[in-house]
Amino acid sequence: VEFWLPILTLSSSLVPGILIFLLGEEHSRARTVLNLAGAVLKVLFVVLIVLGFERGVEYEARSAFMPGLDLVLRVDPISLLFLALSAALWLTTTVYAIGYLEGSPNRSRFFGFFSLCVTSTVGIALAGNLITFFLFYEMLTITTYPLVVHRETARSHAAGRTYLLYTLAGGIVLLLGIVWVHALAGPVEFASGGVLGEVAETHRDALVGIFALLVVGLGVKAALVPLHGWLPVAMVAPAPVSALLHAVAVVKAGAYGIVRVVYDLYGLELAHSLGVLTPLALLASVTIVYGSIRALSENELKRRLAYSTVSQLSYIVLGTAIFGPVATTGGLVHLVHQGIMKITLFFCAGNFAETLNVHHVHELRGIGQRMPLSTAAFTIAAFGMMGVPPLAGFISKWHLGLGGLETGQSWVLLVMVASSLLNAAYFLPPIAMAWFREPSEAWEPPPGRLETRWTLLAPPLVTAAMVLGAGVFGGWGLSPLGLADTIVDAMYGR
Amino acid sequence: VTATVPWIVLVPLLGACVAVGFRRLGPALGVASGVAVLAAAAALTRQVFVEGVVRHAVGGWGAPLGIELRADGVGASMVLMTALTAPAITVYAIAYYRDPGGAAKGWRPGPAFWPLWLFLQAALYAVFLSADVFNLYVALEVLTLSAVGLIVLSPELRALSAAMRYLLAAFLGSLGYLFGVALLYAAFGTLDIALLGERLTPGAPAAAALALVTLGLMLKTALFPLHFWLPDAHGNAPAPASAILSALVIKASFYMIVRLWVEVFPAVVSFPAGQMAGGLGALAILWGSLQAIRQHRLKLLVAYSTVSQVGYLFLLLPLAAVPVGGADAAGHAWQRDAWAGGLYHGLSHAFAKASMFMAAGTVMHVLGHDRMEDLLGLARRLPVTVFAFGLSGLTIIGVPPSGGFVAKWLLLRAAVESGQWWWVIVILAGGLLSAGYLFIVLGQALTPPLALTAEPAGPMPAHHTMEWASMALALLALLLGLRAVEALALIEVGTPIAAGPGP
Repeated sequence: VEFWLPILTLSSSLVPGILIFLLGEEHSRARTVLNLAGAVLKVLFVVLIVLGFERGVEYEARSAFMPGLDLVLRVDPISLLFLALSAALWLTTTVYAIGYLEGSPNRSRFFGFFSLCVTSTVGIALAGNLITFFLFYEMLTITTYPLVVHRETARSHAAGRTYLLYTLAGGIVLLLGIVWVHALAGPVEFASGGVLGEVAETHRDALVGIFALLVVGLGVKAALVPLHGWLPVAMVAPAPVSALLHAVAVVKAGAYGIVRVVYDLYGLELAHSLGVLTPLALLASVTIVYGSIRALSENELKRRLAYSTVSQLSYIVLGTAIFGPVATTGGLVHLVHQGIMKITLFFCAGNFAETLNVHHVHELRGIGQRMPLSTAAFTIAAFGMMGVPPLAGFISKWHLGLGGLETGQSWVLLVMVASSLLNAAYFLPPIAMAWFREPSEAWEPPPGRLETRWTLLAPPLVTAAMVLGAGVFGGWGLSPLGLADTIVDAMYGR
Repeated sequence: VTATVPWIVLVPLLGACVAVGFRRLGPALGVASGVAVLAAAAALTRQVFVEGVVRHAVGGWGAPLGIELRADGVGASMVLMTALTAPAITVYAIAYYRDPGGAAKGWRPGPAFWPLWLFLQAALYAVFLSADVFNLYVALEVLTLSAVGLIVLSPELRALSAAMRYLLAAFLGSLGYLFGVALLYAAFGTLDIALLGERLTPGAPAAAALALVTLGLMLKTALFPLHFWLPDAHGNAPAPASAILSALVIKASFYMIVRLWVEVFPAVVSFPAGQMAGGLGALAILWGSLQAIRQHRLKLLVAYSTVSQVGYLFLLLPLAAVPVGGADAAGHAWQRDAWAGGLYHGLSHAFAKASMFMAAGTVMHVLGHDRMEDLLGLARRLPVTVFAFGLSGLTIIGVPPSGGFVAKWLLLRAAVESGQWWWVIVILAGGLLSAGYLFIVLGQALTPPLALTAEPAGPMPAHHTMEWASMALALLALLLGLRAVEALALIEVGTPIAAGPGP
């Protein structure tokens, strides 16, 4: 059992975060070096973990927290999925954020909390039991707040308050569920197939109640309708924050938590026999359709993307709530796919806003002529969201739809089709406008050879390439799909 | 090694006497006593860990004639808490009184602070180490009088009237306690806590004594609705005094209540009595936080936060200090959870609240006021202070991995396992409400001011000491969350809560 690598992975953003606070505002070069070094190191550590894991090395770091209660960081295939996602996207977002915030005030505070935010995400990925998960989940809530209100305008403060109210209240419901689990079952740790089997023999009703508490607590961050109210408001944050928030950090933490609760706390079979999966699937379906419909009517690009997040996240929850291997694969793989697609979209929206001050859909007219690369990246990611083969989103939707059919729940296919049509309805018009319409007035010329700063341009291109790669190379063992397949094989004993 | 125990009380006592005579030595005596007591407290803690409960008869005279000192895990942890908080406050006070800026500019409090502060420390240690109910009374009186003195050292008139109200309330409280003790002595013929516990039989004298002692001490701890004196007293005292009062002084009377309930009165406390005490605690949590949200002055907000946090302490009584299920003498595992949780809350709150009052004092020192609406842009001016305030806020809200979270976790578990669900709701709602008032402050501090006010000319070096002193305590509150295993093991030593079956 390897102890240090999980700790190092966590420290690679924690230590830079603390150092950045101590460094002070004016040392911008040292801050950049710290940020990039941390991000690169984290990717390196994750690669080492992946390689070691392939060889069968176990990674676990454990330390006593309270009597009989340990803090546990552990690597298993599901955490690997989320870990790889966070590490990769942190690196790209760091590059993006350095470019995006060049010369703006309060960068020390921003990058300090940014690093702590990623630390929390990595902690959530590695958490081996509920208490560790909760610790980092709350740390994420707190460290994201200064990022949401970073602009310090009245609007961002209002958004920050809404965000805190929702997430802290959610955290409290979650804590109640966790305390109740511990009261019934003692200190339990995540394990594939679930760990509550014994308790279920005597406390079925309590377990249903706990499930509801946990899902509501996690559902706030996962933006399940009607707990999603904070997410569209919180998009007033700077673009790199929105990108991280909608792809890996906050919302994904909620979805990932639900995945953990269903697979590794209850176990699919127990959850199925308790009858809690169908309501969860229905809730997810409602969220998928509702989010898409709301996205249709939003004219502000970032708000449209935010509602799209509400909808897309619930694909993960839907996949989790269907008791069949193909759907499980679809849910797990979407955990990664949604992240890379949505971060690309937010990067591009940030580029439009930062370079040309374009914030609304109707202003995108002809932007493809002025910013072809950003628009191309946006197009790839949006097509992915719609589920166009061979992009990442197609793989998710294919598995989810097929999974529904496999388990005799054909309405899932209906939800997929409806949602894809709606996706097309809110993504195709802006794309068509960007490529095929003439701009209403001539764009201001690019500052140099590139359409915008390279630090802003490279990240969306890289993540767009990931969207393509995740689809085309889905058959590779270490692709998101390959990993998801491995997890599912183990879970269903295939 | 046993001989270290009396020095914990004697060193600050001697220091205080010298400080009365040689007034200029005050700060030096404060620092020296702080260092010496911290070393002695560390030695005591180690001894309790290794040997178990420590007893020491002062001058060789044992009970029932002489003064006996006794330290179990809880006593030792309270002593250590005080010994860790006191040096930070001392350092802060040195900087604070060297240059009492802001509204108090030109005000010279005189060196009276130092003897009072040292007397107060000696009294605190005496409370935590006493083994009989009369010594407890004497120590508590010294504590109250020096606390009132510390409030009066303010140039403001409202501090004076607040101090008078505090004196009156504390005096009434003492009276109640003293009557209770007299009843006990008349009925059972001893003042020693252990002997009283053995001899006490249910009946009218014991029940009346319980009621008098508890009410008197609740008044001193400012439990709702007996908190009326606290916000003014804590909110208007000079900054170091506010920190001392809110963090340490109220813990002394609380400590006495829990010790007496579990060691003297177990024969008469009942389920309804516990529910009543807990119910007041619950009301305190809700009322205190709601009032805190409504405040327009930072120090009053922090003071109302204390009113609310005191409520959590009293949840210990229904969950740990009351026999449940009739004659179930064995007790439950969750009673020990609640016991540790309530006391842990006392420890973490001490660090966090001292840090918050010190931060608020720094704000007042620098800005000359603490009006909430004029705190805009504070984070840019006093980043360390705002950070320390936020960090201690984590303990007050109960966010992991702070000490406050550990306390809440234990209390929550006990409430769920005992089936007393109503406390669960209060604990959780209280967390949300406290987040509410803390983020009002942080939101103001992070918002830039409308117009840039002129920066003060030249740096004021005193602030840095003050800022980092509050930061140190905020970090200690966090450390309590990270080193909970060791701290909880200390509390467990010689615990009076009967060992129960596993969960």
